[in-house]
Amino acid sequence: MSENGQNAVLTVNNIEVIYDHVILVLKGVSLEVPKEGIVAILGANGAGKTTTLKAISNLLRAERGEVTKGSIEFKGQRVDRLNPNDLVRRGCIQVMEGRHCFEHLTVEENLLTGAFTRTDGRGAIAADLELVYTYFPRLKERRSSLAGYISGGEQQMTAVGRALMSRPDMILLDEPSMGLAPQLVEEIFENVKRLNEDEKVSFLLAEQNTNIALKFAHYGYILENGRVVMDGVASTLRENEDVKEFYLGVAGDNRKSFKNVKHYKRRKRWLS
Amino acid sequence: MGGLLYNVFIDPFMQMGSAPDLLLQVLWEGFVSGTLYALIALGFVLIFKASGVFNFAQGIMVVFGALSLVGLIALGVPAILAIVMCIGIMAALAYSVEKLVLRPLVNQEPIILFMATIGLNFFLIGLGELVFGGEPKVMPTEQLGLPTGSWDFDVLGGLVIIQQLDVAAAAVACTLVAGLAIFFNKTRIGRALRAVADDHQAALSVGISLNQIWRIVWFSAGIVALATGIMWGARSDVSFALSIVALKALPVLILGGFTSIPGAIVGGLIIGFGEKIAEFYWGPLVGGSIESWFPYFLALIFLLFRPQGLFGEKIIDRV
Ligand SMILES: Nc1ncnc2c1ncn2[C@@H]1O[C@H](COP(=O)(O)OP(=O)(O)OP(=O)(O)O)[C@@H](O)[C@H]1O
Ligand SMILES: [Mg+2]
Repeated sequence: MSENGQNAVLTVNNIEVIYDHVILVLKGVSLEVPKEGIVAILGANGAGKTTTLKAISNLLRAERGEVTKGSIEFKGQRVDRLNPNDLVRRGCIQVMEGRHCFEHLTVEENLLTGAFTRTDGRGAIAADLELVYTYFPRLKERRSSLAGYISGGEQQMTAVGRALMSRPDMILLDEPSMGLAPQLVEEIFENVKRLNEDEKVSFLLAEQNTNIALKFAHYGYILENGRVVMDGVASTLRENEDVKEFYLGVAGDNRKSFKNVKHYKRRKRWLS
Repeated sequence: MGGLLYNVFIDPFMQMGSAPDLLLQVLWEGFVSGTLYALIALGFVLIFKASGVFNFAQGIMVVFGALSLVGLIALGVPAILAIVMCIGIMAALAYSVEKLVLRPLVNQEPIILFMATIGLNFFLIGLGELVFGGEPKVMPTEQLGLPTGSWDFDVLGGLVIIQQLDVAAAAVACTLVAGLAIFFNKTRIGRALRAVADDHQAALSVGISLNQIWRIVWFSAGIVALATGIMWGARSDVSFALSIVALKALPVLILGGFTSIPGAIVGGLIIGFGEKIAEFYWGPLVGGSIESWFPYFLALIFLLFRPQGLFGEKIIDRV
């Protein structure tokens, strides 16, 4: 643990995750999110980003995954044996990869499901609904549409808004950029930044879009094959030659470029 | 040949036209059965929506609820208290099913959960026979304050007889159906329930407890079963044969869709009306009692043309 460990809202200590009792996916991952920080987990397909987030939010068990070693602390308390709803009550909520809106519920109903664990009354919930609408005015226009019929960007906003409705201290945000046009991705990340600054929400986000993630995050961890292979302050990572070559590619939003075989082989060597 | 066509396609309608009072009587009977079918089907829909489990034991829950009530009243427990205790029994049943059946089997294939409800079905039959005995019993309508008289109306040039008990049954069924629909669409728990039905992973992620939702739907289905058992039991008698009636919910579900509340209501009414009309006007052609198979026949025809049911939820297909 680093010297500012006391200042961390989330600490992941050397966790190992096994799926179906046999598939070892995380092989000792440690990371830290400081209070009011934005931290990014970067890495290619199958690196273990989603698994890390689900290990924290305790959604892993529903997929027959298990944290077999290490520990996870949220606001100074062990949370790795809790149910997902306990963690939401304590202020940590996940926005899943692929948005996962409730398709047959309206946008507003979707947002309200985020307040399920709250006990502070209708008034407070209604006030937060308005707050979400000020961050995402488009959702207000579409409040009575079924979430299954709105655009991908609006679904992503609904998913983030729904998480906000739980009044979280921390949001685990999995691939917010997935399948969205660049200007929409920018808009989502701008909102992440505003929520972080104005509402004091900490973010741990998983991204394949290294370029945008390092633009908005304060700190980054690079995950390869279930291990952290590099971490550092975002601006430093952005300047790092290896990161530039393997993750930022030619152009940030042209992600396919670093997936060609030659690069992949060289990256392997860099890792070992 | 001409005679047959006449008997099938013309004569029944002539009868309807020439004796509208009889038609009214038949429609009323159909309506009463229909509301009760709708109620039973709702019990299935609730559980299926929230947990993807087809609850084979729903029919036996109807019997079990009714038997418990009769048994308690026979022991001298006052009716009101007996009803409260039966609600308690249904709550205990919901809690045990969630704890002992659903929770250990979470993440299993739907077929395994279905088998588990078959097991539950026979467990409840055994338990019911052990505690209450196997012979049919009479629902003590008087203690329960259920009316037993009838009203005769002179309408449309004839006499329509309406059993007061049927009015009560239809009223109870309609109230419960409306209550459940409001609960489902307007309350926080109802919203959570629909969320679970849509995407249980996402529901978990926002902090909805699946176990809590399961307990709630099984309890609601238990209340529905209890009400159906009381009303149906009062109209006939209380025996294990009642669970056959509950199986009528199957064609209702095929008609209405397994996940649709309006579907269960409309489907129940269609089956109720359909079977009574078929029985009365076409039954004599084939020697009667087509009531027992006609709903399945109707459902089968329907299945061929609209497998997702009348109101089966639209599959939203976009990424
Ligand atoms: N439920 C599961 N059962 C078994 N293995 C799994 C399961 N979920 C993920 N895995 C495996 O774990 C590894 C890491 O997957 P994970 O989803 O965490 O990667 P990721 O970094 O989020 O990738 P992506 O960028 O594609 O979302 C992959 O090899 C994957 O096949
Ligand atoms: Mg992922």
